[in-house]
Amino acid sequence: MKFGVVVFPGSNCDYDTFHALQNVMGQETVFLWHKDHDLRGVDCVVLPGGFSYGDYLRSGAIARFSPIMREVKKFADSGGLVLGICNGFQILLEAGLLPGAMLRNKNLKFLCQHVHIRIENNRTAFSSAGHRGQVLRIPIAHFDGNYYAPPDLLSELEKNKQVVFRYCDEKGKLSEEANVNGSAHSIAGLINRQGNVLGMMPHPERASEKILGSEDGKIIFSSMIDYLEKKRGTGKKKATRAARPAVTPLPPLIGTF
Amino acid sequence: MIDAKTLADHNLTREEYELIVKLIGREPNLTELGIFSVMWSEHCGYKSSRVHLKKFPTRGKYLIQGPGENAGVMDIGDGLAVVFKIESHNHPSYIEPYQGAATGVGGILRDIFTMGARPVAVLDSLRFGPLDQPENRSIMDGVVSGISGYGNSFGVPTVGGEVYFNECYAQNPLVNVCCVGLARKDKLFLARARGVGNAVIYVGARTGRDGIHGATMASAEFGEETEHKRPNVQVGDPFKEKLLLEACLEAMARDLIVGIQDMGAAGLTCSTTEMAAKAGTGMEINLDLVPQREAGMNPYEIMLSESQERMLIVAEPDKVEELKKIFTKWDLEAVVIGKVTDDERLKAYFHGQLVIDIPVKAVVDLCPAYRRPARTPAFLRKVTRFRLPEMPSDLNQVFLQLLASPNISDKEWVFRQYDHMVQVNTMVLPGADAAVLRLKGLKKGLAMTLDGNSLYTYLNPRRGGQIAVAEACRNLACAGATPIGVTNCLNFGNPEKPEIMWQFKQAVEGIAEACRRFEIPVTGGNVSFYNETEGKAIYPTPVLGIIGLVEDTSLVPSAGFRGAGDVIILLGENKEELGGSEYLRLVFSEEKGQPPALNIEKEKRVQACCRQAIRSGLVRTAHDLSEGGLAVALAECSFKGPRPIGFQVKLDDRLRTDALLFGESQSRIILAARKEKARKILALAKKMKVKARIIGRTGGRKMVIWHRKKKVVDQPLELGYRAWKNSIPDYFKVKKT
Amino acid sequence: MKVRILVSLKESVLDPQGQTVRNALHTLGYHQVKDVRQGKVFEIDLEGLDRAEVEKVIPEIADRVLANPIIEKFSWEILEA
Repeated sequence: MKFGVVVFPGSNCDYDTFHALQNVMGQETVFLWHKDHDLRGVDCVVLPGGFSYGDYLRSGAIARFSPIMREVKKFADSGGLVLGICNGFQILLEAGLLPGAMLRNKNLKFLCQHVHIRIENNRTAFSSAGHRGQVLRIPIAHFDGNYYAPPDLLSELEKNKQVVFRYCDEKGKLSEEANVNGSAHSIAGLINRQGNVLGMMPHPERASEKILGSEDGKIIFSSMIDYLEKKRGTGKKKATRAARPAVTPLPPLIGTF
Repeated sequence: MIDAKTLADHNLTREEYELIVKLIGREPNLTELGIFSVMWSEHCGYKSSRVHLKKFPTRGKYLIQGPGENAGVMDIGDGLAVVFKIESHNHPSYIEPYQGAATGVGGILRDIFTMGARPVAVLDSLRFGPLDQPENRSIMDGVVSGISGYGNSFGVPTVGGEVYFNECYAQNPLVNVCCVGLARKDKLFLARARGVGNAVIYVGARTGRDGIHGATMASAEFGEETEHKRPNVQVGDPFKEKLLLEACLEAMARDLIVGIQDMGAAGLTCSTTEMAAKAGTGMEINLDLVPQREAGMNPYEIMLSESQERMLIVAEPDKVEELKKIFTKWDLEAVVIGKVTDDERLKAYFHGQLVIDIPVKAVVDLCPAYRRPARTPAFLRKVTRFRLPEMPSDLNQVFLQLLASPNISDKEWVFRQYDHMVQVNTMVLPGADAAVLRLKGLKKGLAMTLDGNSLYTYLNPRRGGQIAVAEACRNLACAGATPIGVTNCLNFGNPEKPEIMWQFKQAVEGIAEACRRFEIPVTGGNVSFYNETEGKAIYPTPVLGIIGLVEDTSLVPSAGFRGAGDVIILLGENKEELGGSEYLRLVFSEEKGQPPALNIEKEKRVQACCRQAIRSGLVRTAHDLSEGGLAVALAECSFKGPRPIGFQVKLDDRLRTDALLFGESQSRIILAARKEKARKILALAKKMKVKARIIGRTGGRKMVIWHRKKKVVDQPLELGYRAWKNSIPDYFKVKKT
Repeated sequence: MKVRILVSLKESVLDPQGQTVRNALHTLGYHQVKDVRQGKVFEIDLEGLDRAEVEKVIPEIADRVLANPIIEKFSWEILEA
């Protein structure tokens, strides 16, 4: 499968996500430059973590106006798979591809730590490789991850089973303490009604190798690959647009280690 | 005409002024005087320290680039080079903690990527006044937020460092930031304005009136006047810096750059004169072309501005267009402001007038060096002659008290504000002795640590310097790493006082000797003098940053116990040494005595033994002994594993129990291993002539230490853990009203 | 024309930053402080627009970019014509 990782100015988990998809998961992966208008024929778009446009104004608020986001929106509207991680989640919220908004973490500090999240719904393209109630250990690193939605929206999200991941403790129990950033309903990951766009604050790309302390993040990537392979297998997929030559002559990240 | 007040404002002496007049053959104008004043400041010119810094060993087998460049460079094989350096940002962080610390991070990042390396890790050494005073909490909060705000956004992991508290830092906090970068060995860049006729290009943020005279300010004592200097503080823009990084690396990868230097302290002044002086060329620039953020800036302000996120590039004229395209792609400005000349002078025009015309060598290389008088401080006799107080009856309680001392307790409150995992290389997270990064696709990895104990250095600067080196190396040994190179940040008081100069000289000699014996070169660093407020100096605080090479990352042990039933081994010897200990400071409010002795040969053997045991795959846990001694180190092992686990330890040394539990004797390491491997470790130690013995087992929900058949420590794990874990967060708990 | 736009969290949304400031003020002895809400200020300099146009474009900018209508509200005033 072909994955596209969008590079906004200020993205800083772009290479990490690229590394996890290409080197760990063995998928063809390309970078998509924010000023471009072309998704280069990818099967899935990933909006990586970081501080797009410095997160100046609000996290993700400026990135949503990038040229590439128009394409991402079209892609999502036509059923394409889109994953937003951390800042990527914030951008999806700002762009209206997912409902709700992010507030400052409840302790008003940046939080970088391993957390536990529970799979609430494993019947999605992003969680099918896990089972319902399974607890994953994946790190977070954000300042604005305190998910907010008005009460009626929250009950709708619950009713539609759009909450895919919730912060919990090691044993899978929800608590105020485990909900480190103060998110409404302990929401850590959220999917749209159509089931093709997921945003999550934890970083699966940081939990995809044993040497980094956890491989639980691979469950998310594997689910996506499974989904895309099945979709292709059943032949429902539209003929791939011929990939135009890269608009950006060099990969945007040089000298990464 | 330059009057006495102007000279004083520029921190120049009459003699220095006369030297300037002699060197340029006339009276300087104000802009030229400003240039000399920043370049000849302590911060840039090292005028009080240079004669002593020469004592550092600067050669070694992995060395590519020693002192004198933006950062040191070591060869780590596989075509890779590690680029690293430490810098202080003490004074700015006191004046405006958030921006001071943030721009400290920004500055050191630029030092690294200006050499062609991508920054892969930041470590910082922080020192504040005691947390029970709200001002100190507010400084610490601001500094940590500043580091977090800048580093996280830029996308470099902050992987380690140290945080200490002492009254002496109450009005003079220390913020030392060390950055480590990686580069291809054949793609390193130097700050050289080579090639007469080449273009001089200004890239990055626009110039404003930020921090004018910041470099001079950083070299002056604090006093009443500090308040007035507030507007001089620079503001950092990590987003712009990230763009600057990507643009610079891209331009470097395409071979568009001849030489490059960041514009940090002393901004355009430092970059123009240094690049020309190092290449034996000159430079001619037009100040009207310098991108400016504010209207009406004069030459003095343009030359001395410390606006952040700017670089000066020298490139061949036919490469300029391509270079500009790259910077435009990253939404940055790149403007040709002049050219390289052959007359070894810096000439600058403003509104068509020649406003600067000075020989670059005079500015860069002829700054006077002073061999300032040194004298043993009188207070030393008083503090080092010292009789041990009587032992408190309840050492079990003292144990808890030590665990809750902010100097010992958990620092998670600090490091969880730092993104320490971005770039997905951090395999040993903050809180261990040394941070370890894997190198993608390679078996080996990089270990790094910062270390310094200023109380030891206060009591005995030479030994304090030696111990800082030894302990940093010991931290690396606990990760199985071999030390390969050193950077250091020397924080001292006013060098014009003979007692301070004596401390400096002694500490430098101690560090130099230890580095020689450990066979590791000093690749550069930073000297921060005048750390005084109202005439009161901080304790002499050398901070050592040492890089180590890990052969096989799969064998790196944990700093915490990994499970029940492991055998606990102590490498090294317990001695009756309580001088300078955290125990004396905390329990008796005594900062006295002689710091523990250090036998470097013994230390090296202990470290070699630890490394060998790790490389042989025998070790599950390794942790060095430092502040708080054996009992605290054991507790830390208990707390730092995947989940807290207790221990039972039996000791029979003929020592005072408090010295045995909390003494800080050097050259000791705790190892934990599976039973069958423990025997092999003992055999290895015997072969390597290192004292080693089994002292206990891991397991249970209690921390228990027996001394000669008497139970001297017996604490429930949970109680100790909470004391250690909550100490710092409790100071910062928001009081709800 | 200079316009000042104030963006702050809606009343229904918890404002922990404002609360922290309030608590800090209380510890300093300012017990008269009943509540604090923190927000952002934008000063925008516009040219080539008359007053009616400004009155149309400012709410649009605020609603579309400067504030996130899910959590934030805004108000604005013309500083100088």
